[in-house]
Amino acid sequence: MIKNVDNPALEIHDLTVSYDRKPVLWGVDLTVPEGSIAAIIGPNGAGKSTLIKSIMGLIDMSSGYNKIFGKDLNEVRQRVSYVPQKESVDWDFPASVLDIVMMGRYAAIGLFKRLRKADKEAALLALEQVGMLAFKERQISQLSGGQQQRVFLARALTQQADIYFMDEPFAGVDAATEKTIIQLLKKLASQGKTIIVVHHDLQSVTTYFDWVIMLNLRLVASGPTEEVFIPKLIEETYGGKLTLLTEVGELMKKEQFPAREK
Amino acid sequence: MKELIIDFFSFSNPNIRYVVFGSMLLAVSSAIVGCFTFLKKKALVGDVVSHAVLPGICLSFIISGTKDPFLLIIGAFITGWLSIVVMDYIIQNSKIKEDTATGLSLSVFFGIGILLLTYIQHSGNAAQSGLDSFLFGKAAALVGKDLLAFSLVAILILVVVFFFYKEFKLISFDPAFAQSLGIPVKRIELILSSITVMAVVTGIQAVGVVLMAAMLITPAAAARFWTDKLSIMILSAACIGALSGLAGAFISYAAPAMPTGPWIVMVVSLIALFSFFFAPKKGIIIRILKQRKIKRRLLEENLLKSFYKIGEFHDDFELASNQIEITEMRRFTPSQLRKGLVRLRRQGFINKIDKRWSLTNEGYQKGQRVVRLHRLWELYLTTYLRIAPDHVHEDAENIEHVITPELEKKLEALLEYPEYDPHQTEIPYRD
Repeated sequence: MIKNVDNPALEIHDLTVSYDRKPVLWGVDLTVPEGSIAAIIGPNGAGKSTLIKSIMGLIDMSSGYNKIFGKDLNEVRQRVSYVPQKESVDWDFPASVLDIVMMGRYAAIGLFKRLRKADKEAALLALEQVGMLAFKERQISQLSGGQQQRVFLARALTQQADIYFMDEPFAGVDAATEKTIIQLLKKLASQGKTIIVVHHDLQSVTTYFDWVIMLNLRLVASGPTEEVFIPKLIEETYGGKLTLLTEVGELMKKEQFPAREK
Repeated sequence: MKELIIDFFSFSNPNIRYVVFGSMLLAVSSAIVGCFTFLKKKALVGDVVSHAVLPGICLSFIISGTKDPFLLIIGAFITGWLSIVVMDYIIQNSKIKEDTATGLSLSVFFGIGILLLTYIQHSGNAAQSGLDSFLFGKAAALVGKDLLAFSLVAILILVVVFFFYKEFKLISFDPAFAQSLGIPVKRIELILSSITVMAVVTGIQAVGVVLMAAMLITPAAAARFWTDKLSIMILSAACIGALSGLAGAFISYAAPAMPTGPWIVMVVSLIALFSFFFAPKKGIIIRILKQRKIKRRLLEENLLKSFYKIGEFHDDFELASNQIEITEMRRFTPSQLRKGLVRLRRQGFINKIDKRWSLTNEGYQKGQRVVRLHRLWELYLTTYLRIAPDHVHEDAENIEHVITPELEKKLEALLEYPEYDPHQTEIPYRD
């Protein structure tokens, strides 16, 4: 069940990604409409983060391409924001909350230039939106998991992007933070922004998201929540890996086969 | 001694000037670059590069036949930089892990360096004498031309760090996010590793191949203890570097048999050691003192609790007890008991009459609070965590000392001011 839309915010075309020759995502083909809050769900190791990272150009794809607002990433980078997993950085880094949030402005400022007053104001505004204004001078090593996530979110907000890719923003956060985040995402969506979120908690899928992408090494389903988030497809997504697919992948790694003949 | 100091710090002797300013410049530039190496957790890279510059120095001597510092620096820079490229290539294109690639790169480059050095030493070229000083440094023999070369390198490093400060900061913290912003992460990392190589190349002329890694990392490590702000950390590291350069030069001047380079490293290490122990918040001493304070508090609160329980048992909170009666309620070692009672009495929580102790009103309140928290927590565990009543005591023994007044209020409200704990003992409230 893969539903496609016209004029999508995100289009992924025949995407295959391999680690050390072993494909971890096979031929993913999907579209996501503008203004939606989409969840990427699937079991551990299904390739959820990999999908986002390859869209952001952080890992090379073996084949395929993706378009954001119909264009290549480099042409629309100013409109795209990426929120990495909060575990991907060392929070013992010598920086304050405000320092980190202002990093979202680095691209807009440009190389060599210093931070301006406007950048600070943008950062303060973003901090207010996530309810962290009181913590602006706090050393980042003193933050809780939920606060770390809010800081990352604030950093993304300062980019004033039109499409947001978030890697597990709800993982390891407290209930209050989860509520703040989802309210914020819904507000962004109501302004026409597109939000694509790697998500783990199946309980909240129907209330949080209006679009669902279901992955397990391959694309199982992509479409409006009420149409694809149904027991049959959930079972197919979580019902174990396709044994044959995994075996072929392992073989490609062992024999160092390329993903595509060239 | 006084004369020595005046002589030294008037800097009238050009040799002293060269040594002092040369050492300081080297120490400062490597300390600044080292902050990023430290934060990127690439501490061993400095070690690899410093060993890998040796073949470059030897090669440029073989080709040019002179010991011109500029030519040697260029040669050193090339092989030092090559070692980083080789290391990254091995990590990315083979199954060899980072630690092995680091070790490989270091020893292979250094091996070639030693090979070439030995060849030069036996070639009978008279100009070669002193080339081996790169192994251990020759800070005490710096000349004007060296100083000029160092100054240029130091200025270059400062300018690069100044212009790329925010990019260096970002790629040290979150390279994936930097890439998502469209910042040329690879190229900026290349610039960062280039100035690292440059700092190492100049630095080894003062302290030598073996000690160079310390010059890069130690000031940053020491500075990290004192601050949580990157700009201040870099500034402090630079100051620590400058101070060590100055101190190293002075010590080797005051005691002629002492080498400059190793003394610079000694001073840096002493500063790092001092920071490790005495830095506020992060130093070991502060942490030990904190632990001791907690231990004392635990003892005091446990004593007051025992007094309260004795009072509860006899239904008389003004009752005075002797040491044996207290120990019967709860086991304390004799020295704990002695010290704890003295402290509590000094603080005004207990009175002493004829070798017997009794609670003051404040002591009574405090003892009652600990007992209350203990029983509230036991009830919380049985109600909310569904833990069996006979398993909750140990946990409550600990938590009763942790709970703050705010949490206490929350706990009371949550449990709706219960009358009894899970063992049906009354929970005492403030009258």
